[in-house]
Amino acid sequence: MIYWNSFADFLHMGGYGFYVWGSFGATALIMAVEPIFVARNRKTTIARLKRQLRAESRTPTE
Amino acid sequence: MNDRFNLYKFASPATFYPLAGTLIPYFWALSAVFGLAGLYLGMLVAPTDFQQGEGYRIIFIHVPASWLSMFIYLIMAGWAAIGLAFNTRLSGMMAQALAPTGALMAFLSLWTGALWGKPMWGAWWVWDARLTSELILLFLYIGYMALTAAIDDPRRADKAGGLLLLVGVVNIPIIYFSVKWWNTLHQGSSVNLTKSSMATTMLYGMLLMALCFWMYAIAVAFMRVRTIMLERERNTDWVKAELEGGAK
Repeated sequence: MIYWNSFADFLHMGGYGFYVWGSFGATALIMAVEPIFVARNRKTTIARLKRQLRAESRTPTE
Repeated sequence: MNDRFNLYKFASPATFYPLAGTLIPYFWALSAVFGLAGLYLGMLVAPTDFQQGEGYRIIFIHVPASWLSMFIYLIMAGWAAIGLAFNTRLSGMMAQALAPTGALMAFLSLWTGALWGKPMWGAWWVWDARLTSELILLFLYIGYMALTAAIDDPRRADKAGGLLLLVGVVNIPIIYFSVKWWNTLHQGSSVNLTKSSMATTMLYGMLLMALCFWMYAIAVAFMRVRTIMLERERNTDWVKAELEGGAK
């Protein structure tokens, strides 16, 4: 079932290891980092909006 | 109009916000399942390619990233058209939420393409019709984000950005058909509806990876659109209730 004979073979990728893992590595990095940035941005946005909302409710509107 | 399923209801941010929040974990789970299955088939089971050796395995991310970069652009242009025609609030937010992910997909398409081109063609980059039009797609994404970020009023930013998206949509068929219209160094498509030039395990591995990327893009775009909704609708009652209810 499994095509590879050993883990070293798998890493070597028939001599194309640098290109294959360079592609998969960049993709994995981007797909790990993008959601982290989105989640962080969400946290700071919510904190800022909450502060603004509290500031508004302290100043009575006529 | 049927009361129980009214599509227009979901065009309102107040309805779409909780719906997207509920769906996000499911899209993450689907992305993980498709991704693991796709990697298993593509990286562990699929045989080698008789022409390109193991280097061909870049296809399992290169093709999904390229498909998504074009597909996300089409969805954004569709939202732009709806926004310009019907002046709906949700459309601009959706386009905004998709743009960074689309740009990253275009970047990944070019990056993995360079790493594939070097061993196969002997060059990281050539000014071939396919590569050049994909680079233009990346610039369209960056241009859209820069343009909308530069305009303070979100509704005007949506209009200007939407126009850019609609003009740029002409680039998508150019990317797609470039390998047919011109004599490119880039190989022709490996998959089409009637016949495929790939082994079955390779084909399924690639399709599973494409589904994984697709679900990923939806999950991230939903996360982003929820933040954009809070920001833009901050003066509405539903956002105030959401913030007081301890939005996370």
